[in-house]
Amino acid sequence: MSTIQDNANNGFKKASRLENRFAELKKQNRPALVSYLTAGDPDAETSRRLLHGLPSAGVDIIELGMPFSDPMADGPAIQKAALRALENGQTQAKTLEMVRRFREENSTTPIVLMGYYNPIFCYGVERFLTDAALAGVDGLIVVDLPPEHDEELCQPAAQHGIDFIRLATPTTDAKRLPKVLSNTSGFIYYVSVAGVTGGSAPTPERLESAVAKLREHTDLPVAVGFGIRTAEQAATIGRYSDAVVVGSALVDCIENASTPDEAVERVHGLVSELAESVRTCRTESELQAC
Amino acid sequence: MNQPANLSMSMPDANGLFGSFGGRFVAETLMPLILELQDEYTTAKNDPEFQRQLAYFQGDYVGRPSPLYFAERLTEHFGGASIYLKREELNHTGAHKINNCIGQVLLAKQMGKKRIIAETGAGMHGVATATVAARFGLPCVIYMGTTDIERQQPNVFRMKLLGAEVIPVTSGTGTLKDAMNEALRDWVTNVDDTFYIIGTVAGPHPYPAMVRDFQAVIGHETRSQMLEKQGRLPDSLVACIGGGSNAMGLFHPFLDDIDVKMIGVEAGGKGVKSGLHAASLNGGTPGVLHGNRTYLLQNEDGQIIDAHSISAGLDYPGIGPEHAWLHEQGRVEYVSATDDEALEAFQICCRQEGIIPALETAHALAEVAKRAPTLPREHLMVVNLSGRGDKDMMSVAHHLGDKFGVKNV
Repeated sequence: MSTIQDNANNGFKKASRLENRFAELKKQNRPALVSYLTAGDPDAETSRRLLHGLPSAGVDIIELGMPFSDPMADGPAIQKAALRALENGQTQAKTLEMVRRFREENSTTPIVLMGYYNPIFCYGVERFLTDAALAGVDGLIVVDLPPEHDEELCQPAAQHGIDFIRLATPTTDAKRLPKVLSNTSGFIYYVSVAGVTGGSAPTPERLESAVAKLREHTDLPVAVGFGIRTAEQAATIGRYSDAVVVGSALVDCIENASTPDEAVERVHGLVSELAESVRTCRTESELQAC
Repeated sequence: MNQPANLSMSMPDANGLFGSFGGRFVAETLMPLILELQDEYTTAKNDPEFQRQLAYFQGDYVGRPSPLYFAERLTEHFGGASIYLKREELNHTGAHKINNCIGQVLLAKQMGKKRIIAETGAGMHGVATATVAARFGLPCVIYMGTTDIERQQPNVFRMKLLGAEVIPVTSGTGTLKDAMNEALRDWVTNVDDTFYIIGTVAGPHPYPAMVRDFQAVIGHETRSQMLEKQGRLPDSLVACIGGGSNAMGLFHPFLDDIDVKMIGVEAGGKGVKSGLHAASLNGGTPGVLHGNRTYLLQNEDGQIIDAHSISAGLDYPGIGPEHAWLHEQGRVEYVSATDDEALEAFQICCRQEGIIPALETAHALAEVAKRAPTLPREHLMVVNLSGRGDKDMMSVAHHLGDKFGVKNV
């Protein structure tokens, strides 16, 4: 890795945690497991325990949701998670503090904050990016900021060394794709189905060809998410994608648990199953091919 | 007003921005469709055949033009300005909402869409959408909050009679904003075949401009009707504001007439200071929700706060982005009326003019009650009588039933 310090002016940049992580996984010939949990769900302390246990349970990249009262692109599971978190007093400042504390004990697992623009806009874009960079945030996924609004957050984020990860969807055609990819960095998140999170499962054949088409336009790692719930699905999709994102299924574990301990146990249990499947999916498929 | 002429009417810009308000803050899944809609709408606007069809349905189906009626008794009652009512409540389905629905359903047909969805608060937009969907033979799904379903039963029944499926929305507080969230979720899931008829001048570009243009028929008619009756333009225009479509429709054709004063009336609920209101401009701050940047009721962390109003149609924590811009420009004055003031004005209108207004409209009448007495008879004041109050009988009986010896309606 380069030892040149991060400096926007000379065009060199220290490799980011996301770049390092994808490089390692490429050597291991396996996809990344990306987990989504909402920060502060179901409460601050349980959420902290959940977050801190994710790397040892096998998560490669952490997506941490910033709860919003009106999550228009989310299904019932993540809507409820956001409400639980907000009812228990979660704020943007507390979410950033969670990341900072996580970074005290983990300096390698990338954290991507995911959510909607309004809480960031109200916090103040510059203040948010400054605090996020200090806390150790690696990337942002903001659902309601298409490339038409890149000057709002995407471009300022780059100035702070924070990746802006865009969603490409089944409705993004070849003509629009370059625009979607233009200021995207870190990885590209392919939304497997037109719909909200936690919805119906994607059709495998259509998905594989969509990912292949995406690769014709970009060298960025391709993550696939929306509607992926099981180790089996993760294994199938992980054969041809660089990362598999699981969210609603994990959040459901919290919803269905009757105690905080049970929530932690269930979430980390499902993560371990998923982690096992992404670690073996390509070797198994090669065996099957033989 | 130190506003350059012809600026107001040329908004928004190519990106759908009214100054810093408006825009297209939506998920990527919806972007291609929104861009397509913008192209289709631009084409339709300049297509004589589309305009001919629109005029035909506005006339023979909706019943336009709506009268501009001199409210003689109301004028006498307040003892000041001459009050004219723009009778939008006489339209088919009983409110201004259908002006926009007819326009959008024609566009949906043109784009080959097979299914219509909409959100509704008071149910007037839901009824108007269900109506045009029936007329054009398209299946229709209406999202409505459970709180609103409870207080607007007659409209729920009307929508069902018209063949629409009414889906109760339990998330949040079960009001208009939650219905809009759910409609957006449906749209993103069924993006290929579904047309979303947004009911107000909000949402991602081109909706605020498109809905305004379809509603501007109100202002255009008012202008020529007043010229015909009085040989001059009105001195002031008053309209209630939830999202703000009836107000925008009345105001827009007059924006460059600097001498025409405009007053938008937000729902003050139990009073703006109480925190229980729906006055986004008078009690909110800028933010991003439902595809546009505008004034919102929200806490300091950017979480949306529930609106409160006696009228379900104004019970929305945002406002159309063009209103936010006109507010900052100072071109339109935005005030508020409380639940109690609206109920009082509601009764005055019933008794003096024999017209039962919608509770939404009663907020505009409450401002007339404050303002008209201070003005001379020569002052020509137009109030948008945006809807009729039949749908509100249960709510009004709940608040005033004792006074009339009515327990249950």
